[in-house]
Amino acid sequence: MNRKATEPFVRIVKRDGLPLWHSWLIRLAALALALAVCAAVIFAIVRLNPLRVYGAMWQGAFGSAKRGWITLRDTMMLLCIGVGLAPAFKMRFWNIGAEGQILVGGLATAACMIYFGSAIPTWALLLLTFAVSAAAGAVWGVLPAFFKARYGTNETLFTLMMNYVAIQLTAFFVAKWENPFGSNTVGIINQTHKSGWFPAVFGQQYLLNALLVLALTVFVFIYLRYTKHGYETAVVGESERTARYIGIDVRRVIIRTMLLSGAICGLAGFTAVAGASHTISTSTAGGRGFTAIIVAWLARFNTFVMILTAALLVFLEKGAIQIATQYNLNDYASQMITGIILFFILGSEFFINYRLIFRGKKEAD
Amino acid sequence: MKKVLALLLALTLVFALAACGNQAADPSSSPAGSKSSESPGAETSDVKIGVILVHDENTGYDFAHIEGIRQAAAAVGVSDDRIVWKYNVSEDESCYDTATDLVEQGCGYIFSDSYGHQSYMQQAAEENPEVTFVAMTGDTAALSGLSNFKNAFNDTFQSRYVSGVVAGLKLAELVANGEVKDANKNADGTIKTGYVGAFPYAEVVSGYTAFYLGVKSIVENVAMSVTYTNSWYDPTAEAEAANALVSSGCIIISQHADSTGAPSACQALFDAGTTVYCVGYNIDMLSVAPDAALTSAQNDWSVYYTYAFGRILAGEEIATDWAEGYNEGAVLISELGASCAEGTAGKVAEIEAAIKDGSLNVFDTASFTVGGETVTSYLALDTDGDWAGDTGEAIENGVFSESTLRSAPYFGLRIDGITELNAS
Repeated sequence: MNRKATEPFVRIVKRDGLPLWHSWLIRLAALALALAVCAAVIFAIVRLNPLRVYGAMWQGAFGSAKRGWITLRDTMMLLCIGVGLAPAFKMRFWNIGAEGQILVGGLATAACMIYFGSAIPTWALLLLTFAVSAAAGAVWGVLPAFFKARYGTNETLFTLMMNYVAIQLTAFFVAKWENPFGSNTVGIINQTHKSGWFPAVFGQQYLLNALLVLALTVFVFIYLRYTKHGYETAVVGESERTARYIGIDVRRVIIRTMLLSGAICGLAGFTAVAGASHTISTSTAGGRGFTAIIVAWLARFNTFVMILTAALLVFLEKGAIQIATQYNLNDYASQMITGIILFFILGSEFFINYRLIFRGKKEAD
Repeated sequence: MKKVLALLLALTLVFALAACGNQAADPSSSPAGSKSSESPGAETSDVKIGVILVHDENTGYDFAHIEGIRQAAAAVGVSDDRIVWKYNVSEDESCYDTATDLVEQGCGYIFSDSYGHQSYMQQAAEENPEVTFVAMTGDTAALSGLSNFKNAFNDTFQSRYVSGVVAGLKLAELVANGEVKDANKNADGTIKTGYVGAFPYAEVVSGYTAFYLGVKSIVENVAMSVTYTNSWYDPTAEAEAANALVSSGCIIISQHADSTGAPSACQALFDAGTTVYCVGYNIDMLSVAPDAALTSAQNDWSVYYTYAFGRILAGEEIATDWAEGYNEGAVLISELGASCAEGTAGKVAEIEAAIKDGSLNVFDTASFTVGGETVTSYLALDTDGDWAGDTGEAIENGVFSESTLRSAPYFGLRIDGITELNAS
């Protein structure tokens, strides 16, 4: 390189082999910077003490045992979807159909609760709904996978359109099961005898949600990292041609992986309906199928790191609700905070992958 | 470079630590902390009231509730810091979460404003017997068997009837001026009117029937078509429904949905030269339809909230079912638009007085038929969950008495002259 010629003020260079602690330090710094910028924005706009606002956010998420459990429950829900997306994304299969897979899973759960609610004992009903909702989600996931594997269709569009099919299907069944008649809501299913609801474990209403999702998290982590299947998934993601060259049946891997991805998203619907809302509506997934994409990406498809990213997003959401109530700000103020924090965290990934070299510095810096 | 980065990092970390330190040192900075749990109802100054709203002040329906609560609080003497507001609470488990959270914050009384909140409020009421839960516009309190679970509703059918009279007077004027064309009439000669409803259930049916009977009390040969949007708030769908009704020949449009979609559409059609007038709901529509809007049927929720807050401060129990109308000033119609027929104000005053003194009954069975027959019996309440009434005779002495057996409307009859275009 001719250093005498016009050297740019700053150059961007790809980093290699950054130590793990270093990358986490950068992420931490980004979070701290984000909080500082938020503080400035909060003070500039509403003249509130930013530290108190952060305190309120903390209160909103963990201010009481109940709030802590609700934060945990919602974190687990988001984590479950993220975990479900991980195998598909690892394979570079852009599954943006989690929303629909959750809905059909929830729909299957609601159907079992409504039709078998009083006929069979709760433990059997839970096993049945577990299987049926996983199967429903798997079907929703495997349809686009089949067409992608067989005819090379675009999975992004296909999974997206499957969302709308699921929403319409849900709307149809909501109208069919509506309670009371004409209200277009299903209301709480089995409100009196609670059959098909997740039972309290050790007296905690939402502990079963957490246990189920954590089990899935561990399973997917091991599946992706230490099994032959997981390795094949990664190879197909890196390069389909390489996979074919070394004798991997690409079609089979695509279908198998999406069966798993869809089934886990279907189980997220199971958790949402049987473990939390006990109702079904077109907003049961509530956009979480898309939010979970951020969760999965931020964590680089490492399901354990997803626990952190899911918790962060849910914390921001709960905090936002609290400051809206406490300071009579409306939701937009808190959405700004969420936006700023996400911007910095996503931005930090740039500094983890690349470094800046300013003019006049040695490259070895 | 490294030094600059290190310095920056150190600074931000200090900032972050300061933030944490402050939280730890000053836990009382948050008034919503769970530690400040009072025993509700013990002393009037300790009364804490939670409010769960489905949207915020930007929708007419919630705005009416917020205003009602503010006025009632001011009238009864509940200070602002005793009310905890929860906005944008959707009609799912988040309502239950919010309700139990309000309980933890020490609220002794919790109100929710939307019908869909009801089953979650009931669930919370079951688990927190020491706290009173009021599901506004709900209908299951009496049958739930819970002493701490209440419902309340205004007799909105009364103001709908009066707004129907306003529309009827306008229609009579249009007939007299020869502005009602053949396209505005059905084959049997009845004049076409339209109604944009939210959902095909009793609250809406009761409302549009009252409106229709109001119109019919002035102009006898009138028919009405009802289109459902399947949403309480959907400006686009409401505008589309209004457009479709007008293009099919309807000359008067009313609504039971929360947006300004239908009146805006009517005003646009009016400006384009179509003869069409509209009657709104909840909010005054004159701002969006200065020429087309006649009036709106409205609720004054402050009447109920004043009653409820008064009871709370007095330490008395709130009624399980509360329903009042013109008698208590809980319902009204908004300011009459410039397009209203001459003499409307006088007629409105006359009808309102007749409703108040009981000489006029909105659902007089002599004024409508079902399948060509006068209705003599109607069981209003359903106790076995099949959505068909099995108890509670609503018709007595030739009058269908609405909202007396429970606060939520139960008039579910589809009377002659009204056609539902898209009932599911």
